[in-house]
Amino acid sequence: MKSGEKIRRAPGFIPRTIFFWLFMLFLYGPIAVIAILSFQGPQGGLTFPMTGFSLHWFKDVIDPTYIGDFRWPFGRSVILALIVMALTVLVSFLAGLAYRKGFVGGTVLFYLVITCLVAPSFLVSLGIGLGFANLEMQTQWWSGGLGAHLSWTIPIGVLIMLAVFARFDRSLEEAARDLGATEWQNLRNVVIPIMAPGMIAVGLFGFTLSYDEFPRTSLVTGTANTLPVEMVAVTGTAATPSLYAVGTMTTVFSLAVIVISFVAIYFVQARRAGRARSVQARYGKKPDESG
Amino acid sequence: MNAAVSALTPYLKRYSSALQVTPLSVVLLLFLVGPVIVILIFSFYIFNGFFMEPGFVTDNYEGIFTSFNTLEAYLATFKIAAITWAVTLVFGFILSYYFVFDIIAFRWKIFLFLLSVVPFWTSGVVRMISWIPFLGKEGLLNRALQGIGVIDDPLEFLLFSEFAVIVSYVHMYTLFMVAPLFNVMAKIDRSLIEAARDSGASAIQIFFNIIVPLCKPGIAIGTIFVVALVMGDFVSIRVLSGGQAGTVLMSMRNQVDVLQYPFACASAVLLLIVLLMIVGGIMSVVDVRKQL
Repeated sequence: MKSGEKIRRAPGFIPRTIFFWLFMLFLYGPIAVIAILSFQGPQGGLTFPMTGFSLHWFKDVIDPTYIGDFRWPFGRSVILALIVMALTVLVSFLAGLAYRKGFVGGTVLFYLVITCLVAPSFLVSLGIGLGFANLEMQTQWWSGGLGAHLSWTIPIGVLIMLAVFARFDRSLEEAARDLGATEWQNLRNVVIPIMAPGMIAVGLFGFTLSYDEFPRTSLVTGTANTLPVEMVAVTGTAATPSLYAVGTMTTVFSLAVIVISFVAIYFVQARRAGRARSVQARYGKKPDESG
Repeated sequence: MNAAVSALTPYLKRYSSALQVTPLSVVLLLFLVGPVIVILIFSFYIFNGFFMEPGFVTDNYEGIFTSFNTLEAYLATFKIAAITWAVTLVFGFILSYYFVFDIIAFRWKIFLFLLSVVPFWTSGVVRMISWIPFLGKEGLLNRALQGIGVIDDPLEFLLFSEFAVIVSYVHMYTLFMVAPLFNVMAKIDRSLIEAARDSGASAIQIFFNIIVPLCKPGIAIGTIFVVALVMGDFVSIRVLSGGQAGTVLMSMRNQVDVLQYPFACASAVLLLIVLLMIVGGIMSVVDVRKQL
């Protein structure tokens, strides 16, 4: 928009603004209630009123006295999420490279990816669980659980990669090849740096979707629960405000992961912009003009 | 190392796509095709009321197709899915319209959009649980309404009801509508809207004759996500419905709890077919791949 132009708001701007902020209240309000209730007094219950303001329930999570130990499930969830993240980034990136060139069976595989995305979580979980049982193996969070998570994160990762590659400027690669870059150099020095923000985004999806996954994991964790499975298990039994405390802690943890990812994306892009500027300074023209 | 790489390069080049797509194929085979085959096999097993034995009988399917409960469960599921779909669609349209046309600075567009999708990266279980202290009989909403004198007795339909389930779905799945709608709406050529306005079209005409048709791919993708997620959910429905809603997934879940695996598998096969028909129908109208 030019600076001189007067901003003309479309009709209905104010109702839509109000709607947006009400929606934000709807989106974040309940989580805020959980956060407040997790500071419930030691004698308090699962609802208002607050009988006091204490860190009692957070202490209960860190050093559990009676029901539900969330510490091990948290550890398992983080380890599993890291593995899922790494595999999701790798598998999706490679699939994105393949789809760029196209291959026999590409359409069929694409429809399988969509099927994987829309298949009811319960069906995947039940199928993996029964499959393991049939092979007389005990499913665990790191085996059946890992597969269940990948069946959810990889389709999403592939779709994001396809979207990011669709916006990829092929002329940059052409330029690199014309300057004598090998396939490997091209991949390492051109494709991966340009795709880095997209890959970080896929990593964010892989990590958070795995870390928070419940439905696909529900029947395949075996003897040791992941954090979401443990939380739902506790919901059904005698829950205490420590459930809210762990909910607050895990939400803060997720928010931290999101912030780290965005900072990483920003950093990668800023570094690229900085390099472009230094090239420009050295040769006195924009890098895209020199290619 | 370099010599080995350069010796291999011609082969790698020739089969590179096949190699690159192998991990994806393996994952899909092991954790999608495999489980579906297992479910298919088990759906034909013999179930004598206590145990299942390998076999090939169609009893489980006959049971499903002749039971009135199946029809009821599907109607209940479709009803919840339809309401959730309609609400998320309207919300999705208002929000993406707001980001695309009302907010002018690009930075703000992205920031407000992110603000509405950040919860996607946080725990769904926590977001679902968080409705309990909010909607309960002693919950915040009832207290607030009583406090300002709108009601005398707490509203009981708020929690452990279909209402609570739909609220939780709208809460979790609206962003699946917002993201694809925002994506397609942002690509609309402004000059089309200018031209329509210059030709005397009203804001409502512009919305229904230009914006909505151009948003069809976004609507399609959002619909696929919302319908698949709602029809495949059993968590919110179990925790928040209080046993009030008998959806397809609830009956499957109950069958698994009493170890009636062959029945559960047969209903899973039917549900997958129904879902794939819905998604296939949508994808035959809109080319989803083009939108990526």
